[in-house]
Amino acid sequence: MLSKRIIPCLDVREGRTTKGIKFENNIEIGDPVEMARFYYEAGADELVFYDITASHEKRDIMIDVVKKVARTIFIPFSVGGGIRTLEDMRAVLLAGAEKVSVNSAAVKNPDIISQGARAFGNQCVVLGMDVKHVGEKAGIPSGYEIVINGGRTYMGLDALEWAKKGQALGAGEICLNSIDADGTKDGYEMTLTRMISEKVNIPVIASGGAGTPEHLAEVLTHGRADAALIASMVHFGTYTINDIKSFLSSRGVKVRKTGR
Amino acid sequence: MIAIVDYGAGNLTSVARAVSFLSFDSIITDDPAKIKAADRVIFPGVGAAGAAMEIMTQRGLDDALKEVFVAGTPMLGICVGCQIIMDTSQENNTSCLGLIPGSARAFSDTMPADHGGDGFLKVPHMGWNGLDVVRYHPLFAGVGQEDEFYFVHSYYPNPDSEDTVFGTTNYGISFASAVGKDNLFATQFHLEKSGKPGLLILKNFCEWNPC
Repeated sequence: MLSKRIIPCLDVREGRTTKGIKFENNIEIGDPVEMARFYYEAGADELVFYDITASHEKRDIMIDVVKKVARTIFIPFSVGGGIRTLEDMRAVLLAGAEKVSVNSAAVKNPDIISQGARAFGNQCVVLGMDVKHVGEKAGIPSGYEIVINGGRTYMGLDALEWAKKGQALGAGEICLNSIDADGTKDGYEMTLTRMISEKVNIPVIASGGAGTPEHLAEVLTHGRADAALIASMVHFGTYTINDIKSFLSSRGVKVRKTGR
Repeated sequence: MIAIVDYGAGNLTSVARAVSFLSFDSIITDDPAKIKAADRVIFPGVGAAGAAMEIMTQRGLDDALKEVFVAGTPMLGICVGCQIIMDTSQENNTSCLGLIPGSARAFSDTMPADHGGDGFLKVPHMGWNGLDVVRYHPLFAGVGQEDEFYFVHSYYPNPDSEDTVFGTTNYGISFASAVGKDNLFATQFHLEKSGKPGLLILKNFCEWNPC
């Protein structure tokens, strides 16, 4: 039986992670390559890197990070943030990422999904979705709307429709981020996650709101998510990957054991 | 020298990086002469069996791999490389290398979901899953019962003879996830993305001397 995946997410700006992890000896390290190695050794199933470098000219710095990470860890990892063209996707994949995630660019130009899937295979293309609850209304039958620019711009696009369209265009996976839950540490957006996960036939990674292992247990069972993204709960040393997986295991959620 | 066969199937560099991490030398090549001269041959791959076989045939790599197999050179197939060693693949009804009798089949998209609710099991099979060793193989040396491996695939090998099945995995059905015959071994899972257990099998291959 397939294990549920636990995926730490690292935000990288100009080659540094914006928030360092606090190791047991309380030394903060902001080097994404060192953090990748740390989480790889700790038993993470996959990693996600978001390039939040503001300037497009400095994207080569991220490519260099990706190359170093690929030489260091031997689990899948995806790279997202600022991916606009097929060439952007190719650069990231050639540098050694397993997957590339598209978000705003796909909303503006859905063809990027099908182009990427054709060129590199569906399994390489992750559709990142930022979603806000707006209530059922005209054009938004699910009550959840796609937003971009960090939640500032409403796109008049229904989240469920967009998820289905993304799958039809060839996305191999969906990373579903609730802007409402993001940063709250109050738990994932359960209604949204379950709705999307039940209606598409590709894996869904739940994102936004994780604060405790209980939150992961909820979203991986009732929420029907295939994987859960985590950030601050591990970056600040509140929990280890092993703490989370042990808890999930005790709750009957199948996870890959740490320690190998 | 280990030859990593370039048949346009992607993820070659991932495999090369893993081999290099293990301190073995490799070259990525589509030159049949270099492949035939290599001490060991790895043919990884993601993508479609049909496209893979088309490029293989164009570049004369199909005949090279068949010769390498007969010559007794250690060979390792990964993912699509584990499917194209069958006679045929359901993916575009492709005729394959025929090194192990059998076919590559598609997962049904109507297998019930494993959460007990409505819906179907998701295809592709993507993520970490177990390996049930059904027959010991030297490449499994050191692999633990609870070790898991990383899969991404919609098709799986279905050998005619159980004698060629070394490991199985459950995803809706039980399928052959590690197959082999003589000097050939192949895994449906990605050794280069399966953490330490994956690297262990890869290392075992780099040191394997089939008799």
